[in-house]
Amino acid sequence: MSNKNWPLWEVFIRSKSGLHHLHAGSLHAADADMALANARDVYTRRNEGVSIWVVESKNIVANDPSKSEEFFEPASDKVYRHPTFYEMPDELSHI
Amino acid sequence: MKNKIAKYLIQLGDNCLILGQRLGELCGHGPALEIDIALTNISLDLLGQTRAYFQYAAEMSDDFDNEDQIAFLRKSSDYRNCHLTELPNTDFAHTIIRQFLFDQYHQLLLTDLMNSNDEKLKAIATKSIKEVNYHLRFSKDWVIRLGDGTETSKVKMQEALNTVWRYTEELLRPSELDIEMEGLGIGTNPDQLKEEYFEKVKSVLQFATLEIPENKFFGKGGKEGVHTEHFGYILSDLQYMQRTYPNQQW
Repeated sequence: MSNKNWPLWEVFIRSKSGLHHLHAGSLHAADADMALANARDVYTRRNEGVSIWVVESKNIVANDPSKSEEFFEPASDKVYRHPTFYEMPDELSHI
Repeated sequence: MKNKIAKYLIQLGDNCLILGQRLGELCGHGPALEIDIALTNISLDLLGQTRAYFQYAAEMSDDFDNEDQIAFLRKSSDYRNCHLTELPNTDFAHTIIRQFLFDQYHQLLLTDLMNSNDEKLKAIATKSIKEVNYHLRFSKDWVIRLGDGTETSKVKMQEALNTVWRYTEELLRPSELDIEMEGLGIGTNPDQLKEEYFEKVKSVLQFATLEIPENKFFGKGGKEGVHTEHFGYILSDLQYMQRTYPNQQW
């Protein structure tokens, strides 16, 4: 039973109801059930979460880092796309 | 009477203490990082439960003032854990079979103790059952995975089961204290759990395609303070800090 044969999984945890799931890290597991159990043991032992998602890493589609210029730079000089001119009430959080 | 209840609490706590200590030995030595953490989590859950029992026992006892004295300063023959909990880890098959056979008992025991008429014991059981439900889910899952796994894993699991099986019956064998506490509505007579225990355990083992050993002889004695040859080694690890530096605190 070698770790080499276990695929990699990404773990997403929602820390409180109402918030969204955040990437917590990754782990090895033989299948989805084991991944969920391992995620519970590895990433929520200090009471971090109320919900866990796991997804096998190979199922995540990522952009090509060598093409990041054309992907991201065109947005960098368009500050007018930020809604910075709205006044937000202080009570609003998670914005 | 209070002292008797304390003794009962210590008997309950000793299983958790010794199994927790055994699992703790695996910290940093688990078969995979994730499993290492899972086993250590279970170990810590069990030690947490031990503390709940021993803190309450120290309040009730004539012989002890605090939980540390109970955990660390007794003689071997004063510990009341079942032999199953002191078996060596050997390999992951032995560790997980031992865990499964204990967890199923532990779950049935706590479910019954949740009806105790002792409010504090009831509270401890109600808190612990959530942890133990997860322990059982974990160990059961692994027993099925490896029993019904590859040829090698099946052989290893069968060997482990053959070794550990003879220690199951002791879990369900009532001590005098068990019977007395059951009569008072405080505790559980484990004999009443026996049928359900073996039914549940056997159905999982069959599902895991393992053969149930046909033992005629079962070990006993832990609840009377007679332990296996492994026990002295556990105690020397467990006690040396408190014996070398008396009253040492974290």
